[in-house]
Amino acid sequence: MSLDKPLTRNVRPDKSPPDMAAYEANGGYQGLRAAMGKLSPADCLQIIKDSNLRGRGGAGFPTGMKWSFVPMDEAPGPDAHKYLICNADEMEPGTFKDRLLMECDPHQLIEGMILSAYTIQADVAYIFIRAEYLVATDLLRRAIADCHAKGYLGKNILGSDYSLEMHIHLSAGRYICGEETALISALEGKRAIPRAKPPFPQVSGLWGRPTIVNNVETLCNIHHIIERGADWFADLGLTSDAGTKMYGVSGRVKNPGCWELPIGTPVREILEDYAGGMEDGYAMRGFLPGGGSTDFLVEEHLDLAMDYDTIGKAGSRMGTGTMIILDDKTCPVGFVKNLVEFFAQESCGFCTPCRDGLPWSAQVLDDLERGRGRPEDMDTLARQVSFIGDMGNTHCALAPGAMEPLASGLKYFREDFERHIKEGGCYFHAGGAH
Amino acid sequence: MSAQLIAALSDAEIAAIDAELAHVPVRAGAAIDALKIVQAHRGWISDESLKAIARHLHMSAAELDGIATFYTLIFRKPVGEKVILLCNSVTCWMKGCNALQQKITEQLGIGMGETTPDNKYTLLPMTCLGACDKAPVMMVGDDLHEELSEQSLLEIFPRAGSGGSQ
Repeated sequence: MSLDKPLTRNVRPDKSPPDMAAYEANGGYQGLRAAMGKLSPADCLQIIKDSNLRGRGGAGFPTGMKWSFVPMDEAPGPDAHKYLICNADEMEPGTFKDRLLMECDPHQLIEGMILSAYTIQADVAYIFIRAEYLVATDLLRRAIADCHAKGYLGKNILGSDYSLEMHIHLSAGRYICGEETALISALEGKRAIPRAKPPFPQVSGLWGRPTIVNNVETLCNIHHIIERGADWFADLGLTSDAGTKMYGVSGRVKNPGCWELPIGTPVREILEDYAGGMEDGYAMRGFLPGGGSTDFLVEEHLDLAMDYDTIGKAGSRMGTGTMIILDDKTCPVGFVKNLVEFFAQESCGFCTPCRDGLPWSAQVLDDLERGRGRPEDMDTLARQVSFIGDMGNTHCALAPGAMEPLASGLKYFREDFERHIKEGGCYFHAGGAH
Repeated sequence: MSAQLIAALSDAEIAAIDAELAHVPVRAGAAIDALKIVQAHRGWISDESLKAIARHLHMSAAELDGIATFYTLIFRKPVGEKVILLCNSVTCWMKGCNALQQKITEQLGIGMGETTPDNKYTLLPMTCLGACDKAPVMMVGDDLHEELSEQSLLEIFPRAGSGGSQ
């Protein structure tokens, strides 16, 4: 087992970010220099494919495969743009890993983006970042300017015939912008409505041109893989998944935080060794493994490996890898209600199951909390889960994602839902906190 | 009649918007950037500002309003000097954001969506701010405040509520 932590190797105890000089002194931009000299875009693509890197935004799609759909044989021309977009719109409830990566090592992301853009031969790159991430935005702007000064960005990078422009787009809010086609709509200045696929963005994305959208953490991995090789990366994982993962824990644990660990680290180890176990006086009832749109898992799942396939087989998703812990003093109905209200509010409004279905779900959950629940509400919620949760019924994955904590909440905490109806309201939160 | 009703964009606003227009193949493509630029200068987007931006981008005011009202961080009503974004997503909810909201309301005398009479603060709910290990959190203007408590709110908003705060 390797203790290599490539993503956080430059993260200092005081979290102050290395500047260009410090980043370079620690081996930064060597991957870029090496690639520009001797690796073709096809070579880079093969390395990423061989590495088995999977998208760290939550879906876990193989990055190399995603990139392989970008057309590489188009005739060059003034309008023949290709785009690489970094999705830095971190808004999944309970997720706080990309903020850390950008605030503590901005150049790592930029170097990864330059190499990724080179691989797909993109000539323009965007960082789509949420407006609240002001510290990260300032650092990235500075890093981009420093890269221009060094010849890492701009025309003829390091004397090669490859050129790349990089821009930052500050979002104007809305969770749906994290969905890659909605993000593209937002970058085009429109309402962030997701688009039907196909065509996939790799073929027809921003302004109808080939476009790749990748998460911050995914892109931060790229230069390490190009530099150290696919085998090195594959060996970092403890299971069949490759690399390390930024895992996080929030909720009533002793030491909430975010740590880079080998992918496949058992849930229990993350919870107990890193998050320090539950706060005194609290016990765990369940957890969402990777953000607000993942299904609850419970005690019996604590010894599972946190990787895409293992968590998937257990009926949930690893998602963003940042866990939210439900403790025994928090109402599971209120917890789910908070999430469903979030998703209802963040619906783009395009399709009916999401626009009208999610507020309905939220209303039923609110009724339960406030003592207006009726026995038939249990059937209503189950029906909503099947109507709204079926991917085929909605325009994008937002509403099905919203149903994941509800469906699994009904499964694991059914007695709490029923007791809310029987006892006429919520018996947690004596202070009326809901 | 329309000419007088459309407030002109300032030279600085036009220069900033035109810099964004350089990256986009159609003028309407800079709509969100333009809204943010004008909001940065004026604090919010009035109907007059909206019409002026729309005219500069060669789009209808109605279409631009559809975009402006979609995004939570474009303000179509006036806001105070600092906007308080109180995270109400799940981890902050577990850690007591609702009680903190009540406390802020008591201290500043404003509920969600309201602005203090001295125009210093507007209180708004915000989705997960990506600092869940430090929950509960909020932003006040450009600053993120972590691990909030009733005590820390007293320090962040000293003597607030009756005008002339800070």
